Amino acid sequence: MRFGGEPYLVITAGEEVMTKTVEVNVHHVTRVEGHGNITLRASDGNIEKVEWQVPEAPRFFEAMVRGRSYEDIQTIVSRICGICSVTHSFAAIKAIEAAMDIKVSKQTDNIRMLLHYGEQLESHALHVGYLVAPDLLGQNSVIPLAKSHPDVVKTVIRLHRLGNTIMEVLGGRMTHPVTVKPGGFTVLPTEAQLLELKQMMEDSVPDITTLADVVLSLADKLPVFERETEYIALVEPKHYSFYHGDIGSTDTDEVKPVNEFESVVNEYVTPQSTAKWAKWHRDSYMVGALARYNLGADHLLPLAGKIARKFGLKKGCCNPYMNNVAQVIECAQVAEHSLQLIDEVISAGIKDEKPDVKVQAGNGAGAVEAPRGILFHRYEFDEKGICTGANLCIPTNQNHGNIQKDFEAFAPQIIDREQNEIRLLLEMLVRAYDPCISCSTHYLDVEFI
Amino acid sequence: MSKPKVAFFDFACCEGCQLQVYNLEEDILNLLELVEPVEWREAMSDKAEKYDIAFIEGSITRPGDEESLKDIRERSTMLIALGACATIGGVNKLKNNFDLAEVKQCVYSESAGMGHLETSATKSVGEVVKVDYHIHGCPIDKQEFAYIVRCLALGKTPVIPNHPVCVECKMKENICRFEYGEICLGPVTRAGCGAKCPSNGMWCFGCRGYVDNPNVNAAREVMDQYGKTIADLQGKLKLFGSKQEATDEMA
Repeated sequence: MRFGGEPYLVITAGEEVMTKTVEVNVHHVTRVEGHGNITLRASDGNIEKVEWQVPEAPRFFEAMVRGRSYEDIQTIVSRICGICSVTHSFAAIKAIEAAMDIKVSKQTDNIRMLLHYGEQLESHALHVGYLVAPDLLGQNSVIPLAKSHPDVVKTVIRLHRLGNTIMEVLGGRMTHPVTVKPGGFTVLPTEAQLLELKQMMEDSVPDITTLADVVLSLADKLPVFERETEYIALVEPKHYSFYHGDIGSTDTDEVKPVNEFESVVNEYVTPQSTAKWAKWHRDSYMVGALARYNLGADHLLPLAGKIARKFGLKKGCCNPYMNNVAQVIECAQVAEHSLQLIDEVISAGIKDEKPDVKVQAGNGAGAVEAPRGILFHRYEFDEKGICTGANLCIPTNQNHGNIQKDFEAFAPQIIDREQNEIRLLLEMLVRAYDPCISCSTHYLDVEFI
Repeated sequence: MSKPKVAFFDFACCEGCQLQVYNLEEDILNLLELVEPVEWREAMSDKAEKYDIAFIEGSITRPGDEESLKDIRERSTMLIALGACATIGGVNKLKNNFDLAEVKQCVYSESAGMGHLETSATKSVGEVVKVDYHIHGCPIDKQEFAYIVRCLALGKTPVIPNHPVCVECKMKENICRFEYGEICLGPVTRAGCGAKCPSNGMWCFGCRGYVDNPNVNAAREVMDQYGKTIADLQGKLKLFGSKQEATDEMA
């Protein structure tokens, strides 16, 4: 595995007598978080091999948290992922609260959701604006776009900063929050701070509309590829869910409680990946914005619904590239719901609550929607609150199998195209999932006592 | 003068330090006036052979990654460790407190023997190659990053703080975390973060590593004064400071 010593991209094509071979090897796909490789080999239009590989260095978080106090868990597991650090923090805290039967107030719930929305907005703006937009505008990165499309880049920067500001005000800093604890917050925002956030949220609506219009104007650059699959996300009866709810699937009307998540993810090891893969009712399933949309689109708030109609995105869409569009719609959804949450917290009056934890032995699971899909954590603690076992199942791991199945279905459809185009379409497919491969944590077969 | 060519690489980490570069927002555009990114997998599809400045995020946890890092070092004029995983090993070094075979067994169970899941003891970047500058923190402070890039682009030597977090915490007029009955690593940890954690109701967990020559005796006195034991301290030191010389000394 050399950096730069050999090209990242090796494409060879030989027009031999009667034989046309196509070979695509992308070593470390760019503009994604973490490391993934694409391999495709075909001869005379027959695909001999098409593979999505994950060579990310494993980090063994489940092993490392053993022996640590419940108080240290969030600090450690937040480091699984820079861009989902709030989500990992909340999955851990919810699991700890379930294990120790800790109840939190409505105020804590609302401020957590608000903080969580900051991360959704920041991550979606970064993904759509910095990582995907260059593909749609025929560039290698966002850097040339700063000159060719300065207004678009500045719009994305403003939305990105708004997400970051929410995290900084409520979480203490932009990445790896410090204020979030089992039971509540170490410090609470003031009413003035919340009103300031509210004003910024209201001011962001034109930017969200602009982002949607820009993506809409480029929507014909998103490849047309459909493959029916299972979509899994948190669901609530009356809300578009990111933080609360049970596990829902497009393959069944039944929902599973979060505490039974292992029976949903069914992870397994494959030689082409250091990350584990997952399956439930089919060979693979998809999580992320499109999954949330396919399960929750009926509960979108007005602006998000309006943007969804502009795109004509139907519930039940099975084009994975449309995950990017679902992310744009979700930017509107989280902004609108944030305004409601701020009003609710302020009108109830901010109460000076401190986390109240009675340490006890227990085992609990927590689930939250990361920007890139549903995230599960489970921990077990002894009577002193020392962690004795953990099981973490991250969204991108759940998507790896689905990316592979998409490759297998899509490659034959595009194999007669130019090789550079084949490469680009496969890279774009990976990017559409907004993978976060650094979250290299894995299922384990823990014997919980 | 042509702009220095910079590159970013990441090994075992959360990529949250590169995220702080994005988090500079408009200021990135200003930095692009001073330096030219030529390779940055997370942001660009371009690549290059030689770099004036290579930023390395992440710890080294596999023999193959050591070779990759040495290769980058050979092709770089200056190499900078970016963030705690790179500067001190960070949370990744928690793994080194366990038997590695057992760690693999714990996470991958019956599949632990598969060759591609190989792992070795976590190393900081400086344990593998020469490091010219360290940008500390988990995550790094984006303003400090911008300051260091500006200094280097202009041929100046950046000043990396070498006083403890307590200094910055006192300037913020925070109540000492020990007064809350907590153990805080502020007395021995390198400042430069603006005491973000103590200012937000959390003890310092030492993500910027130790100051040079940490005042171990003073740290012991503080522990005694607040009725804390060395065992209490050891537990906290392990979080970001596992397998560092200063940790062993204090323990």
